[in-house]
Amino acid sequence: MRVERVKLHENGSVARVETAGLHYRELNSILRSLVADGADRIELHGVAGQRYIGTDLDRPVQIEIFGVPGNDLGSFLDGPRVTVHGNAQDGCGNTMNRGTIIVHGMAGDITGLSARGGNIFVRDDVGYRAGVHMKEFGDRRPNLVIGGTAQDFLGEYMAGGVLVALGLTLGKSAHHLARFIGTGMHAGVIFLRGVVEEHQLGKEVGVTQPDEDEEKLLEELVTEYCGYFEVEPAKVLDQPFVKLFPLYLRPYGPLYAPTHRGIEGPVSRWKVK
Amino acid sequence: MTVIKNNPKASHAQSTALPSYHCHMPSYLKPRFRVERSDRRCIRCQGCVEQCSFGAQYYDESADRVEAVDTNCVGCHRCVVFCPTSAIEIRHNPVEYRDNAYWRPEVIEDITRQAETGGVLITGMGNDKPWTSYWDKLCLNASQVTNPSIDPLREPMELRTYLGSKPDQVQIDPATGRLGTRLAPQIMIETPVLFSAMSYGAVSINVHESLARAASMLGTLFNTGEGGLHPKLYRYGGNTIAQVASGRFGVHPEYLDVARVLEIKIGQGAKPGIGGHLPGEKISAEVATTRMIPTGTDALSPAPQHDIYSIEDLSQLIYALKEATNYTKPVSVKIAAVHNSGAIASGIARAGADIIALDGIRGSTGAAPKIIRDNLGIPIEMAIASVDQRLRSEGIRNRVSLVAAGGFRNSGDVTKAIALGVDAVYIGTAALIAMGCTECQACYTGRCAWGITTTDDKLTKRQNPEIAAQRIANLVEAWSHEIKEMLGAMGINAIESLRGNRLHLRGVGLTREEADILGVSLAGE
Repeated sequence: MRVERVKLHENGSVARVETAGLHYRELNSILRSLVADGADRIELHGVAGQRYIGTDLDRPVQIEIFGVPGNDLGSFLDGPRVTVHGNAQDGCGNTMNRGTIIVHGMAGDITGLSARGGNIFVRDDVGYRAGVHMKEFGDRRPNLVIGGTAQDFLGEYMAGGVLVALGLTLGKSAHHLARFIGTGMHAGVIFLRGVVEEHQLGKEVGVTQPDEDEEKLLEELVTEYCGYFEVEPAKVLDQPFVKLFPLYLRPYGPLYAPTHRGIEGPVSRWKVK
Repeated sequence: MTVIKNNPKASHAQSTALPSYHCHMPSYLKPRFRVERSDRRCIRCQGCVEQCSFGAQYYDESADRVEAVDTNCVGCHRCVVFCPTSAIEIRHNPVEYRDNAYWRPEVIEDITRQAETGGVLITGMGNDKPWTSYWDKLCLNASQVTNPSIDPLREPMELRTYLGSKPDQVQIDPATGRLGTRLAPQIMIETPVLFSAMSYGAVSINVHESLARAASMLGTLFNTGEGGLHPKLYRYGGNTIAQVASGRFGVHPEYLDVARVLEIKIGQGAKPGIGGHLPGEKISAEVATTRMIPTGTDALSPAPQHDIYSIEDLSQLIYALKEATNYTKPVSVKIAAVHNSGAIASGIARAGADIIALDGIRGSTGAAPKIIRDNLGIPIEMAIASVDQRLRSEGIRNRVSLVAAGGFRNSGDVTKAIALGVDAVYIGTAALIAMGCTECQACYTGRCAWGITTTDDKLTKRQNPEIAAQRIANLVEAWSHEIKEMLGAMGINAIESLRGNRLHLRGVGLTREEADILGVSLAGE
């Protein structure tokens, strides 16, 4: 460990690391040893593009990042709560499993790619393909809450999870930017606050209003979002949300024909519910 | 607030409606096989009815006869093997089309099927077309007079191979005689044969367990494919290559931690450049748990990995995996053999991979569009030669181990591949054949009568992991002995001395250009 960069407080439970000029390999190795030594809260200062921060830590420690972390922040994250006081780059929460990522700013492309659990809260906007191929099973469900809007292919290929875009950064027209929203989606749900036109939606999603349980879930998520970013929940919940859901459990089932004569022909799309 | 015109739900359903496949038109397809039964031999035990998972056999109680539905027969021979009186024969249905070397029966049938369904033809297993097999045009050398051959039965012969990145140079501490260079993780395998990626879901849990057991019996590795690893197989972690593919199914820290090697799957020989749609028929409740998707949905693996659009991005994922496992495991990158594999492999090696896996045009699959399987990619022989040559000429061959996959049928193919330049090979089809597979190509149906490519509980039980593992291990043991014999015949006593040693290969029936690409001389030269 680069001792001169690390300052410990409160019996080692709080650590402050000066990260300027550190390679991610050194930085992550410092994080591993701090966590192994029992740190509960780690502040990283002067962060400038170091990748994979927070990976390979299996305890719910608190990591505060000051600066701009690099790509794949919290990839394979398994428990920690990572707060970014700044913007996050691409691949934030890539294949994360447990834990929370809170970004006080924007996040880049593929935010939450293949997330299988945990929560991501982004104060402002995100880039392309946010939430692509998120999954869920049983009580393991990732939540991605975007304060603003997103670029194209939001929620592409979603196989589970909850994706919320609050549209708080949108101008007067309140039109979301993304096109091809939910393309290839076959499970999970997207909630949008703000205006979205039919042509912006993928072919595989249907539109409806959230039901009672979902309203409750939205209230919880919005309240949590507002708690992190000091927004008045009532101001966000003043507008109804639109719910996008997958029309088909097997969107591509009918594309295929068997090469054996006796076997059932192309399957139906198996409508969800 | 949200403005959406009309009733979008309804309009979407219409706009995406494909032509109806279920209109009632008569099918012009004839059965491919004919089930023939000797009524004299048949004892009406109905074993065939029980064994056939495709519904091609039934018992007619009123006539007390077992009858067949020829159209349902896939030609898997399960009934033939299990008939106690050898009463059943499966024959090609003798449909004698007018002779035509171009519009072959298969072509006519495919067109007919697509005319009746409007669907992309889907199939299983590897390319069945008569592409040139360069293995069959390469001869291995043997020692005569000037260099003695070695008898592996009595003299030491080493097949042990280490997979992983080797340093450009090593430093030995002169004082202690110890290695001063810090080596990248090296994985020792006792034979240069690994088991190809076959996902849990594409194959049954018992097949996964059989491969895992066989790998641990043999001191080699099996590959999870992209469906994750069932927790009950974590104990075979030391013999496991954990795959990370575009669907990221079953990828979580514990999965990465238990495995010995991690593999990023970019492409597959049977379906280069396209993703995978594991048919919903095969997504049982347990497969859904491991993959974290709803039961019955298709498991969709996108064509690209959406965090990899360049070599730099690939490097990012390689190091994401290394960071996630604290640099304790080699990272492999698997690509399909395609036109510029040499340059791509160079990029992969420079991106930080420890192992490059190449999968040729004969590589198998549990489900792929037939047109893709049969036409995309290049033969593995050419890819091995060009990748090995490219890495050598750039002076970076030591940085990666090369593993080849795609149609290795016997120890001769394996030995030739090593002489062409690989460190080890993956076998998939051969291992499945060892378990009973007869290459009927109906894997995608999930109804495999041999209990291999299925997730049906009842069919799964047809494979006993103990017996199947023994059969696979027997096969690889036999191949290993044969490889030793061939090495001995060449006067070589370690597999390392054969690797990339193309002087031991000679071509027969190759053009000069083909021989140049393979880097071999012609027989007699």
